Amino acid sequence: MSLLEVNDLAVHFGGVKAVDGVSFSVESGEVFAIIGPNGAGKSTIFNLISRIYEPTRGSIRFDGRDITGLKAHDIAKLGIARTFQNIELFDHSTVLDNLLMGRHTHRSTSFVEDILFLPKVRREERDHRRHVEEVIEFLELEAYRNKMIAGLPYGVRKVVEIGRALSIGPKLILLDEPASGLSVEETREVAFWIEDMRRDMGLTVLMVEHDMSLVNQVSDRVLAVANGRPLALGSPADVQAHPDVKAAYLGTEAA
Amino acid sequence: MRVVFKTSYDSDIDLHEHGADRLRTALLLGLMAILPFLVGDYYLAEATNTLIWALAGMGLMIAVGHTGQVSLGHAAFLAIGAYTDAALMNAGLPFYLALPAAGLAAGLFGALIAIPAVRMSGIYLAIATLAVFVIVEELVIMLEPITGGVGGIMAPSITLFGVSFDRYAALTNFYWLVLGIVALVTWGYANLMRSPTGRSFLAVRDSEVSARALGINVTRTRALAFGLSSGVTGLAGALMGHFIGFFNYELFSVIISINLLLVVTIGGLGSIQGAFLGAILITGMPQLIAILRDGVNANFGIDLGGIPGLDTMVFSMILIGFIIFEPAGLYGRWRKIRVWLETFPLARRDMFRRHKTYLKTERMK
Amino acid sequence: MTELLQLVIGGLANGCIYGLVALGFVLIYKASEGVNFAQGDMMMLGAFIALGLGNSEQLGMPFAIAVPLAVVIMFGVGWGVERVIVRQLFGQPQFALVILTIALGFVFRFVAGSIWGYTPLVLETPFAGMNMRAGGIVISVADLIAIGVTLVLTVALWAFFAFTRIGLAAQAASQNQMAAYIVGVPVMRVNSLIWGLSGAVATVGGVLYATRGAIDPNIGLLGIKAFAAAVIGGLGSLPGALLGGLIIGIIEPVAGRYAPGEFAKMSPYIIMLLVLVTRPGGLFSQIQMKKV
Repeated sequence: MSLLEVNDLAVHFGGVKAVDGVSFSVESGEVFAIIGPNGAGKSTIFNLISRIYEPTRGSIRFDGRDITGLKAHDIAKLGIARTFQNIELFDHSTVLDNLLMGRHTHRSTSFVEDILFLPKVRREERDHRRHVEEVIEFLELEAYRNKMIAGLPYGVRKVVEIGRALSIGPKLILLDEPASGLSVEETREVAFWIEDMRRDMGLTVLMVEHDMSLVNQVSDRVLAVANGRPLALGSPADVQAHPDVKAAYLGTEAA
Repeated sequence: MRVVFKTSYDSDIDLHEHGADRLRTALLLGLMAILPFLVGDYYLAEATNTLIWALAGMGLMIAVGHTGQVSLGHAAFLAIGAYTDAALMNAGLPFYLALPAAGLAAGLFGALIAIPAVRMSGIYLAIATLAVFVIVEELVIMLEPITGGVGGIMAPSITLFGVSFDRYAALTNFYWLVLGIVALVTWGYANLMRSPTGRSFLAVRDSEVSARALGINVTRTRALAFGLSSGVTGLAGALMGHFIGFFNYELFSVIISINLLLVVTIGGLGSIQGAFLGAILITGMPQLIAILRDGVNANFGIDLGGIPGLDTMVFSMILIGFIIFEPAGLYGRWRKIRVWLETFPLARRDMFRRHKTYLKTERMK
Repeated sequence: MTELLQLVIGGLANGCIYGLVALGFVLIYKASEGVNFAQGDMMMLGAFIALGLGNSEQLGMPFAIAVPLAVVIMFGVGWGVERVIVRQLFGQPQFALVILTIALGFVFRFVAGSIWGYTPLVLETPFAGMNMRAGGIVISVADLIAIGVTLVLTVALWAFFAFTRIGLAAQAASQNQMAAYIVGVPVMRVNSLIWGLSGAVATVGGVLYATRGAIDPNIGLLGIKAFAAAVIGGLGSLPGALLGGLIIGIIEPVAGRYAPGEFAKMSPYIIMLLVLVTRPGGLFSQIQMKKV
């Protein structure tokens, strides 16, 4: 059984078919990339999986469970974390607090207990801190731990967002263009992290990416989409060699 | 600059970063506790008033400063608190039951409004709260049997376990009572902000969409924040009722809502300390203006007392000045001064430069 | 039936004035996604300036000169407020503007109170007290003028945004300031212009209000009601603002006639809450959702 199964997914905004009949499945422990030209519907697929958009048709199953009817805030609890294309961090909090916010699904205290700060709350806080520190160490964010997000450079914020997603302790992580806007060195680091996530943390990675070098380096399988429709699915090399994919990128009529 | 070496997670989790901090809080609280022996009745009453305003300010701060929900109608929750408390006490309930009930009533009402209102963002919520305020005001007039209508209502004097806490007969006791309640709420508020609940408030404020992606139920969080906010404001309303003694709906005018906004904005959004600084400013300002006015009158023979609305005018100018020149409020300014002192002579002017950004639109692009 | 019709016509004229003030809200909201809570006070100030210029015991100018001059002055006031104060808020959250404009409203009220006092004054108009009769209904000329002027102004503003270069630039700036700036829209200048325009529109509303009754510095509080109108219509929609104004204008006297007094006062806000709950963006809303 696949970890994530997307079946005949479609969403229409008015007359625009942003995603139209996309199906794929992501196996546990796999790095799966979605590529395609701008406006192909890649981020829309992410937004459908994380339940920000309501699909017009089709289903999404995670871990054998249909998640199409769930609310956006129920998704994290199942173990799906995500990052955003245009960084969506909590700008007026520190890196540490941002990561701690990622631990929200693991809290068990009520707000009354929080207000009284019962020993139980402190115990849980320590626990959250331990997990978050692991993430900080993994992503080498020590130097920024107590810095406000608002003043951080773009590259660091990008990493903090990955860190926040990892703090959830997910099974599946959705990375929306993790390398966009990063330098070559930073992109290489992201590639290492993705490999480590898979190898050391046993994570499954689903990513949208334009940077083909990153895609080639880390992904097991690639899905190419254009105009909301799937073009090709297979190994990175096969997909890039596919005539439809070439046509979509070069803008010529399919040969 | 003080560098704190942290040796355990607890030093981050604790309310105070280090011993000196803790000592400072203890000293402040001690000073507040012995205030009745240091100042006369007039200033003690003023201090009580300031504390009540700080309490109301903290209430609004939860919503505006920490959850990003602007309310233009918080006077409504003051009113609900005051009337609930007075009505219950007039019905024979003791203060220690009536006060929590007042907070609870205001809180539940606030949460109830927040549930439909959370679908609205920013400006719309502000307007909805304004509408709620008008409706509450009219309801107060309509529910004459409970509220005394236009005529008003008497907040009975407080007696706890045989000890009088009457605002006039036993002002010192009343002051201690208010101080105790304010200290307790402040402690709870500080706890809240270091716990997951407080963090979820900040998350909802800064990015709704990623809050959702982290598993935060935005609707529930907003309703909770607004409920807590109005609950604390309700407590302040109840105390305000006792402080004033006899009041009608005019005590809770839209001006009060705006003064409350002033407290949190001038004090410094997103900081508990800001609520106190703002409250000190807003309750101290009329005194200051009165003193200045007398001075001008005595020295120059100009009678400014004849100009109506001068107080509000001065308030407005101060507010405009703060919004333009120091949006971080008094507390933000204080932090800058502190850093400047701690790093002297190494502080640079650009250390606190604001990042100016283009409008972040909430609309579909 | 005649009675109801009479109420509706008076309500229409009232509603037009709410609508005009609401138009001012919408203008500024469209341009900068902010809300000017001093709009009602700008209306009040505009009315007083017209009164100060035109009334015989004041400057005594002819009505036909005093009113346009007041409109021009208030255009300048609006423009200046943006130029000197509002512009400083660049990059601050929306609600900074809310608080700032509330404070500005108090300043305007203080200024008007200091100059013209707090006792209600009546604007002298050439058509004061003139009435028309149709069937059993009495229609005052002032009401008719209010309705006519509002309709003309709404259409003119709509055309301004739909067809003129500067109007389109304003629309662009409202959707994405950064992008508009990059493609060469003078975002700052457009904003100043919009504030000026809303000052002018407010003045027209104020004058119309003053033709129908006495004014004092506190009539600016009418802004809150106009605000409800703008919200009912949807803050981004000019025709919506007018419709919202009309709805409130008509509901109020009708509710006042057939329900207890407090309900009449609450009715605009109850309607507004109902609209907000069912259609959070107002009746004429565009779908609002942030893209991620």
